[in-house]
Amino acid sequence: MWYYEKKLQYPVKVSQCNPMLAKYLIEQYGGADGELSAALRYLNQRYTIPDKVVGLLNDIGTEEFAHLEMIATMIYKLTKDATPEQLKAAGLGAHFVNHDHALYYHNAAGSPWTATYIQAKGDPIADLYEDVAAEEKARATYQWIIDISDDPYINDSLKFLREREIVHSQRFKEAIEILKEERDRQKIF
Amino acid sequence: MNSSAPMPESYYRLLEKIQAVDFVLVDLTLYLDTHPNDFETIKQFNQLAYESKQLKASFEEQFGPLLQYGGSFSQYPWDWKQAPWPWQV
Repeated sequence: MWYYEKKLQYPVKVSQCNPMLAKYLIEQYGGADGELSAALRYLNQRYTIPDKVVGLLNDIGTEEFAHLEMIATMIYKLTKDATPEQLKAAGLGAHFVNHDHALYYHNAAGSPWTATYIQAKGDPIADLYEDVAAEEKARATYQWIIDISDDPYINDSLKFLREREIVHSQRFKEAIEILKEERDRQKIF
Repeated sequence: MNSSAPMPESYYRLLEKIQAVDFVLVDLTLYLDTHPNDFETIKQFNQLAYESKQLKASFEEQFGPLLQYGGSFSQYPWDWKQAPWPWQV
């Protein structure tokens, strides 16, 4: 089971109301390479992955939910005081008529989150290579958002998240090596 | 929704200390998942787990419970459900 802890993993501050930036950040909320995809991908794969790497998928999957909460906090804080006019000007008019100020799991272009964003192949090497790729894609997305954002507080939090993608990618690569070593050992008679 | 009274500066200072220690614990957890025989790192992990518990005890005395489902004790009346939530501060 899980315990909720009443704190963010890393502080999230915003300079000012900025629905345009929020619109871009939604990519990491309900987009293909976003935090929801990441959390659900790893926690679902862990049931059929070898014992040696279950812990890693379990723990990275759990950390992704903390990242999802950080992204949600950014979007919430950037939009909570926005008027319908401001939302419309930021390209969130269609979002507003369906959701008001509520958050929703879709990407920056408005496509709803879908399970087709994630895979579970049952083949540990295939699954872990997908996980490495997912982390690298998320890292790239964070970089593009940092490049397009001029909010220094948001960028500080985004840089934290970008670095976490690098660490996760590294750990997944180590997991692949652990499984390969195990496989090669079994071939020696 | 809903805004509560602004939190004192000490809330943010203590929370950030906890976030710093807990961040190292998260990172060491992932590292140890792939390096389970690193004795020195396990010692560091246990030391920081202890520090985290101390910091949280002090935070909870002033600002209420951090963990749900019995991970933290409650005052009267039930204080778990009290704002602010993390996205509100």
